[in-house]
Amino acid sequence: MTEAIIIEGPGAPPETAGQARMRALRGFVSRFVSKPLTVLGLIIVGVLIFTAIFAPLLATHSPFAQDLANTLQPPGAAHWFGSDEYGRDIYSRIVYGSRYTLLIVFMVSVTVAPIGLLVGCVSGYAGGWVDTVLMRLTDIFLSFPGLALALAFVAALGAGLENAILAISLTAWPPIARLARAETLTIRSSDYIAAVRLLGASPLRIVVRHVVPMCLPSVIIRVTLNMAAIILTAAGLGFLGLGAQPPVPEWGAMTSTGRNYLIDAWWLAGIPGGAILLVSLAFNLIGDGLRDTLDPRAS
Amino acid sequence: MTFPSGTETAGRYAAYGRRANNGARLLGSVLATLFGLLVLTFVIGRVLPADPVIAILGDDYDPAAYQRVFLELGLDQPLYVQFGIYIKNILTGDLGNAVITGRPVIQDILRVFPATMELATISLLIAVLVGVPLGVIAAVNRDRLPDHIIRVVTLLGFSAPVFWLGLMGLVVFYAHLGWVAGSGRLSLFYLDLVPYRTGLILLDSLLAGEMDVFWDALNHLVLPASILGYASMAYIARMTRSFMLAQMNQEYILTARIKGCSPNAVIWKHAFKNIRVQLLTIVALTYGGLVDGAVLIETVFAWPGFGQYMVGALTFGDMNAVLGCVLLIGIIFVGLNLLSDALYRVFDPRTK
Repeated sequence: MTEAIIIEGPGAPPETAGQARMRALRGFVSRFVSKPLTVLGLIIVGVLIFTAIFAPLLATHSPFAQDLANTLQPPGAAHWFGSDEYGRDIYSRIVYGSRYTLLIVFMVSVTVAPIGLLVGCVSGYAGGWVDTVLMRLTDIFLSFPGLALALAFVAALGAGLENAILAISLTAWPPIARLARAETLTIRSSDYIAAVRLLGASPLRIVVRHVVPMCLPSVIIRVTLNMAAIILTAAGLGFLGLGAQPPVPEWGAMTSTGRNYLIDAWWLAGIPGGAILLVSLAFNLIGDGLRDTLDPRAS
Repeated sequence: MTFPSGTETAGRYAAYGRRANNGARLLGSVLATLFGLLVLTFVIGRVLPADPVIAILGDDYDPAAYQRVFLELGLDQPLYVQFGIYIKNILTGDLGNAVITGRPVIQDILRVFPATMELATISLLIAVLVGVPLGVIAAVNRDRLPDHIIRVVTLLGFSAPVFWLGLMGLVVFYAHLGWVAGSGRLSLFYLDLVPYRTGLILLDSLLAGEMDVFWDALNHLVLPASILGYASMAYIARMTRSFMLAQMNQEYILTARIKGCSPNAVIWKHAFKNIRVQLLTIVALTYGGLVDGAVLIETVFAWPGFGQYMVGALTFGDMNAVLGCVLLIGIIFVGLNLLSDALYRVFDPRTK
């Protein structure tokens, strides 16, 4: 016992698996937050989440209240970010719009991760013709740029927020599937999988209980890296009038209406578009930080 | 515009290369992908919509036309027969008629495509000419001030919505500063002044010797091309930086330094020489992303190209035109992947 106390310190070997995991996590977190740009990204996303939750308290006006006597007012004391063509307060619309941005990112992420995991893990674990067919399918989806394919899906399904989310999800799963497959290929041949198989576990059980959990961390990270791209595609769909429909204060759609008043009232398009830039930049900063922290070659 | 992360792209195309390690397999892989593209567009156009005929004709159709299209598509037949008809039509170059123009989709696309090609090519030129040097500078000054600045500039390029940059560019450079021309490819005065040869106005006007038209076209082109090129520039700069860093850690660089090469010679004659092939493949792939971004930037700048045509078709629910565009983008992508693969084989002695 005394010995254990003497060697207690940073260099001491961990006594339990849980302790080792905690230490690794602590090291990861401290490296992750040591970069100012990453912290900036985290702060912006934090503010976004805070804004979305407390939107009714933060907004100064109703996002839908029209005031036809005060249309196209420049930013000032009455309207912090100005007012739009119906006299609606742009600041309040931006505040409420944060909810749609978060909703889209969240919905796409929780749809894409399971699809990608399923396709990738099944493909990697089964091998053979299943693998060939599934990976060929993935390749076909990958051979389209994101926006073009999303546009095609929206054309078939109809415009709207739900369909935009569905369309983006349908285009965003292939990279996740590839990653999950690669992870599965390395896991498949490990001893513990052989042990479970010898115990008589069915392939389904092995994939769901023993392969998927191992792939999960890297898939979550990959999804995080993808969030900025999701925001930009969603904003693009909104801008083309194929995402959330007016009067919903979605930032891309707001930029699109602002286009008609561009020269006289730049803030109608400028501020919502700036909000998109800020949030997508924040996610990119976090993604960069994750990549740097996880890449062993970087340090 | 979205770009896959560097490692992912490199991995994907390395995998492509490995899988297709001889001509026959490559051909098989390309044919399978093209077949998949057809299946995908068939599903999007004929299976997903509640009524494919209305998806093609729009809401106000006349019953005779409805009946004709219904039979043309073979909707009274089983699905595999419909797919057979679809394949046969496409192989004979028949993508159907576009409702918005009343002409065959293939003719429409051929007419609008040069405008997009001109825009995307100039964008790519800007992206390469700016992105490659920035990437090299960032790598050489790793973790010092220039690297940080370039990092922020490229991150902004990844993060900015391209349509917003376009709008703000119009406000600043057109409305306030008056440095560039506004929307469209040409001023009204110059429209239809030069004979149509290639459809690329810069080239056509030079061939016709109309310098006025050339300068007007360039004036219209410079802003959309720079903004469209920005995201690609960011991507190319990042890839250049990581390729260069991988080289700078190699021992042959150390050897070159020790034997007394000047820093410039080490960078350009040794390290850069070794990443040229990788860069070339990246640039080929970037071109596809530009066509994607063009959809948004053409909408902003009223650029009469492929993207504007596609968005117009989408707005009117003109399914034939939309599918034609999607198919074309897919084929361009497959073609660029092949080109990228071929470039690797031709220029990289290690693949021989």
